Amino acid sequence: MAFKLSPATLIVLAAIAIVVLPGLVLPSAYYFRVGALVFISALAVIGLNLLMGYAGQVSLGHAGFFAIGAYGPAILPAQFGWHPLMAAFAGVVLAAALAFVIGKPILRLKGHYLAVATLGVGMLITLVLTAEVAITGGPDGMAVARASVLGAKLRTPETWYWICGVLLILGVVAAINLLDSPTGRALRALHDSEVAAAGLGVDIAGYKLLAFVAAAIYAAVAGAASALLNGHVTPDVGSFLHSVEFVTMAVIGGLGSILGSIIGAAVLVILPQALTVFHDYETLALGVMIVLFMLFLREGIVPGLARRLRAGQT
Amino acid sequence: MMGLCGTAAAAGEIRIGSVVSSTGPAAFLGEPEDKTLKLYVEEMNKAGGIIGNTVKLVIYDDGGDADKARTFATRLVEEDKVVAVLGGTTSGTTFAMIPVFEDAEVPFIAFAGAVGIVEPTKTWVFKTPHTDRMACEKIFEDLRKNNLTKVGIISGTDGFGKSMREQCVKVNAKYGIEIVAEETYGPRDSDMTAQLTNLKGAPGIQALINPGMGQGPAIVTRNVRQLGIALPLYQSHGVASKSFIELAGEAAEGVRLPAAALLVADKLPDSDPQKSVATGYKTTYEVATNGQVSTFGGHAFDALFILKAAVERANSTEPAKIRDQIENTKGFIGTAGIFNMTPTDHMGLDLSAFKMLEVKGGDWVLAE
Amino acid sequence: MADFVQFAVSGLTIGAVYALVALGFTLIYNASSVVNFAQGEFVMLGGMATVFLAALGLPLPAAAVAAVIAAVAVGIVVHALVIEPARGANAVTLIILTIGVSLVLRGAAPLIFDKQFHKLPGFSGEAAVGVLGAAVQPQAFWVVGGAAVIVLALKLFLARTLFGKAVLATAADRMAAMLAGINTGVIVGFAFATSAAIGAIAGILVTPITLTSYDVGVMLSLKGFAAAVLGGIGSPLGAVAGGLLLGLLEALAAGYLSSTYKDAAAFVVLIAVLMAMPGGLARVKQVERV
Repeated sequence: MAFKLSPATLIVLAAIAIVVLPGLVLPSAYYFRVGALVFISALAVIGLNLLMGYAGQVSLGHAGFFAIGAYGPAILPAQFGWHPLMAAFAGVVLAAALAFVIGKPILRLKGHYLAVATLGVGMLITLVLTAEVAITGGPDGMAVARASVLGAKLRTPETWYWICGVLLILGVVAAINLLDSPTGRALRALHDSEVAAAGLGVDIAGYKLLAFVAAAIYAAVAGAASALLNGHVTPDVGSFLHSVEFVTMAVIGGLGSILGSIIGAAVLVILPQALTVFHDYETLALGVMIVLFMLFLREGIVPGLARRLRAGQT
Repeated sequence: MMGLCGTAAAAGEIRIGSVVSSTGPAAFLGEPEDKTLKLYVEEMNKAGGIIGNTVKLVIYDDGGDADKARTFATRLVEEDKVVAVLGGTTSGTTFAMIPVFEDAEVPFIAFAGAVGIVEPTKTWVFKTPHTDRMACEKIFEDLRKNNLTKVGIISGTDGFGKSMREQCVKVNAKYGIEIVAEETYGPRDSDMTAQLTNLKGAPGIQALINPGMGQGPAIVTRNVRQLGIALPLYQSHGVASKSFIELAGEAAEGVRLPAAALLVADKLPDSDPQKSVATGYKTTYEVATNGQVSTFGGHAFDALFILKAAVERANSTEPAKIRDQIENTKGFIGTAGIFNMTPTDHMGLDLSAFKMLEVKGGDWVLAE
Repeated sequence: MADFVQFAVSGLTIGAVYALVALGFTLIYNASSVVNFAQGEFVMLGGMATVFLAALGLPLPAAAVAAVIAAVAVGIVVHALVIEPARGANAVTLIILTIGVSLVLRGAAPLIFDKQFHKLPGFSGEAAVGVLGAAVQPQAFWVVGGAAVIVLALKLFLARTLFGKAVLATAADRMAAMLAGINTGVIVGFAFATSAAIGAIAGILVTPITLTSYDVGVMLSLKGFAAAVLGGIGSPLGAVAGGLLLGLLEALAAGYLSSTYKDAAAFVVLIAVLMAMPGGLARVKQVERV
């Protein structure tokens, strides 16, 4: 058999397997919920990875876009009677538009300066969501109307497991297509060396902005899915700690690795569930795990293991 | 621990779930709740459990994160198969969990303050703390008594502060109180002199109200003293523990707040029906934990024993029967007051459950 | 006018705290290019350890010294176990590592101490002092004065001692410093120890004003980092200026605009400053790697 799969096809197949195989055997709504949460985080992290892993730009305010996506289906149906799915779509568009408008000026900043600017953007978004009680419900958050499609209410964790799973697979396919296009090659050139890329005539500012907007869209879609899954949102979804969680997932899984984004998200979502036995030691244990991962698999789980495997073969 | 192994008398096991915020920004609320539940479940099991069943307490820490709370709520229902749930430290985490228990038809007694938890009434949801609206009403009553009608509000932007502030601006007109100025501060702010300077200059202002919890109200109290503001200062039940007085120090003298009788347990007249419950809990908690009693742990205590009584009356571990009996709670004497629940009142406390307290000589005393 | 002075005093006091945290960031960043997100945890350690050692019966000054020593020990251990083995890792990996460290410290703190809020008595009492019509807590002088002393001492040390010069050399060019025979591992370790000490001293100085608990570090790391960047990351004087400016912005915004949106005002100005001066207040040259 001379039949050989391209790496891109392998990644998509792996993503499908990650969604479908557990879906067939998970025993209860609780597991489906955790699975859905993994997919939601993974989606946001894949977007962030386009920005960090390929365009080489750090964002510490990414959860802000997640929050905009989450509050779309919360606010619009409650205040204006929109259909939740339409509202979710509007939230994503708003997040993309906002990313476009603010991305232009702040992407001129570099490294830690960009990190602080994005951190500020995330904080501003959360602050508005916390302060405008009449619209957002304030710090306690607000209920999200159940979405229904053709008369069937989308409410069980199992339903959302499959919806989020499909969104994740679509997100993986979209990311791979983007990276395989000339745009993707430009993005990678950007990561390797901005100066060299500019020398080759790459429109640096344009591509950075593109990655920033794409990352915002991924985050907002994930946010909308989480709001509809939960039936309730709080401003915490946009917090600095949530942003840091996304960055941590991306780095632990492996910068520039799509599968790594999924694995990174899975580790950080599932670990706290597994650590509940230790209760009082949970934060401590989480910190220790992160440090160990970063010390011993510096490039992240997926690239790190892949390199070790290859080294083992030769 | 011994209790979990089961004693000879135990016919079976009754599984009670709990989700509290024993870490994160609300840890100072969640920790006493967590300790109280563990402490009393152990005692219950030593005394033979509830209707002969060993109590198995499954407790999770949501770290104050609403998403996590919801995941744990699902886990309690799906994996741990609990028959009732106690907890929800903050209003945000509680709201996030409510739909899970409503869907699964598991009775849920919350420890959080917001009035929205029980209004409108939800079939499976109850709560034990006084609502923030009651706190506002109690303060306004006291203001009227002292002929003060113009107040300034400085509130924390955390869930507790915001929620209580919303309630205060809803009911003030009913008491003829005018809110002449408003300021806020963030949950982690450490200096409120700028805001208080503005309030101090507000025309006609006669008193200050500070809805908030945690370290914020202590700093507000100290800043009020620092700026030499001589207006009466009202705190809320969000600071109802001795540690507020320790943190605020001398500046706390004269501060008033509505709170449960628990804080002044030993100063209650012997005729007070709450006296024995309140002193009993206070002593047990302080001996076992070497810490100071707070009304927050008291809410957990009340919820646990309301549940125990309901299970005993139902003589069953079926969630639906337990729910009916929780709703049927009458004359239950708890740390927060005397509970009388009805199908339309899933808290069961009235304003008489609140005492107006004042700080005098570094301790709480009854102001009435 | 009196109001303005009151706002300014409030801003400078909080700003001095941010400045001290920012200074800790700067020192470590200079020696090792690591942005240490556990810096706020050193502040927490200083305050909490002093509170608990004092509760054990130690006199306050002794408790404070012991707390600083404890924080320094933690700083050295963190460097030896986490930072040194990760040498050469990329910037984001290092950030995640220090976030991991901050989780470890924040997770361990409630086990060693507790989860309640604590305070320390003001060093010169609690009675407010009048300054130009504003009421000032005496402790505010300790905070601002302490920050000034630390900045001066650091500056003298770096400029006048051989070891200090080695730190500067390492900051400027680690490879060149190594070739010149400087043990850069020791230098970076020293930077961690000193940052931990500065953080812990800051924690002790501010606890009488801000109170403390096991999780105060998160917010302080955040604001301190913002201040360090505002000042131009890598510049000690910039860090101090950035911290004071951030504090002032918050207090003035709270006083004159809206207390709810004061953090927003501060961050909007911060972003605006960065737009106008992409290298921060100190206009640090951005190094472009080719």
